[in-house]
Amino acid sequence: MTETAPIIQFQQVSKHFDAFQVLKDINLTVQKGERIVICGPSGSGKSTLIRCINGLETYGSGDIFVKGTRVEPAGLTQVRGRVGMVFQQFNLFPHLTVIENLMLGPMRGKGMSQAEARQIAEAYLARVRIPEQAAKYPRQLSGGQQQRVAIARSLCMEPEIMLFDEPTSALDPEMISEVLDVMAELAETGMTMLVVTHEMGFARRVADRMVFMDFGEIVEVAPPQTFFTAPESPRAQDFLQKILNH
Amino acid sequence: MRLLPLFSAFLLLSGCSANWGWYVVNPATPQGYNNLKFMLSGLAYTVQLSATAIAISIVVGLLVALPGLSPNKWLRGMSRAYVEVVRAVPILVLILWVYYGLPPVTGITIGVFWAGVIALALSDSAFQAEIFRAGIQSIARGQYEAAYSVSLGYVDTMRYVILPQAIRRILPALGNQLVYMLKMSSLVSVIGMQELTRKANELVVSEYRPLEIYTVLVLEYLVLILIVSAGVRWLERRLQADERG
Repeated sequence: MTETAPIIQFQQVSKHFDAFQVLKDINLTVQKGERIVICGPSGSGKSTLIRCINGLETYGSGDIFVKGTRVEPAGLTQVRGRVGMVFQQFNLFPHLTVIENLMLGPMRGKGMSQAEARQIAEAYLARVRIPEQAAKYPRQLSGGQQQRVAIARSLCMEPEIMLFDEPTSALDPEMISEVLDVMAELAETGMTMLVVTHEMGFARRVADRMVFMDFGEIVEVAPPQTFFTAPESPRAQDFLQKILNH
Repeated sequence: MRLLPLFSAFLLLSGCSANWGWYVVNPATPQGYNNLKFMLSGLAYTVQLSATAIAISIVVGLLVALPGLSPNKWLRGMSRAYVEVVRAVPILVLILWVYYGLPPVTGITIGVFWAGVIALALSDSAFQAEIFRAGIQSIARGQYEAAYSVSLGYVDTMRYVILPQAIRRILPALGNQLVYMLKMSSLVSVIGMQELTRKANELVVSEYRPLEIYTVLVLEYLVLILIVSAGVRWLERRLQADERG
């Protein structure tokens, strides 16, 4: 990896919900093109961590920088233009067709013309392999198809970073692989990706680094081969035993 | 078909008593024809008054509802105060207050039509605001997050993502308000607005046939409102079909 300015930087980031500390002194640096998989027990702060990157959550103290811009209310539009996000519940716009879901961001967020937006939308819909669903409404699609539309919707903004917040957790088992395949393909294009997931097969295949979180802190950061075969911390060992042997 | 029992009750009543004098509104006679024409001449005012008032109250209601959803407690408080105060004033009182009270205060004379529109719109806007607030609050948080994540600002998020979905959900309630408004427009007759109720009152004064004339008035509102209800239901079906594809 070439040592350039990091694309994302967390510096001593903490966040509280009243007395409960959701994030504890988070320090993490992500280089351009890196694929990071974040795992840990539920409630460990994984989702909060990535939602802080595009300002869907605020943080109490510390700094987060995306390409040198501090994530704060004033600079959010700029940051959000660079960061795409895929949600557990897809969050497609139910009153718009698939193609309209894809075109909304480019047209209203980036000010593209309808023709330009349509061209981009069609291209990305083909890339997630559902060009034939363009005129349908989200509820007419399967969960896997909906999540692929959601990925395409983010890609239409041509982001430099993609965040995935448990993208396959709401899917029926038989639909998980179609979504993971699309994500793995995206990883091959050199996209910077931060993925919160319990899909350890995917993590092994795609991740450059594993980030293990527990009780709001980053407990361990390691390449997948090290993390899966010889985790250092007892908490990571315990977690891996639970999810790999079920 | 829905009108059938009503219609038979009507026939039954009309046949059973010598006290009825349907001749006053019998279109077959010149007198009855002219009377009916006179009564119906108020229709345009009733419709214009209600339509203008509801259009204004929807816009005002939305503008009151949005700050009511803000994280800022001052904005929320202002919205709340507007709703509570306006909602507490009876419509009839508001009509009298706007028509007789506003000119001396502001120095502007307003005609009965605009006095009626202002009073009805003002009164209804408080209810519209509550309806919009409920509709907007019913939209899941994830819809905002998805919109923000594709770089939409607050205004575009509301306009293209939240409101289109909220309006679909509150359409039955909006239909209710429209019906309510049509009925409440009859109150504007007290300041001399020549709408349906006023026309009927005037005719009663000259013909001394309140029973027949007010029965026709009831039917006028009934037909008007059934048409509006059918329209709202059609719109609901169309928007739902839209979402289902």
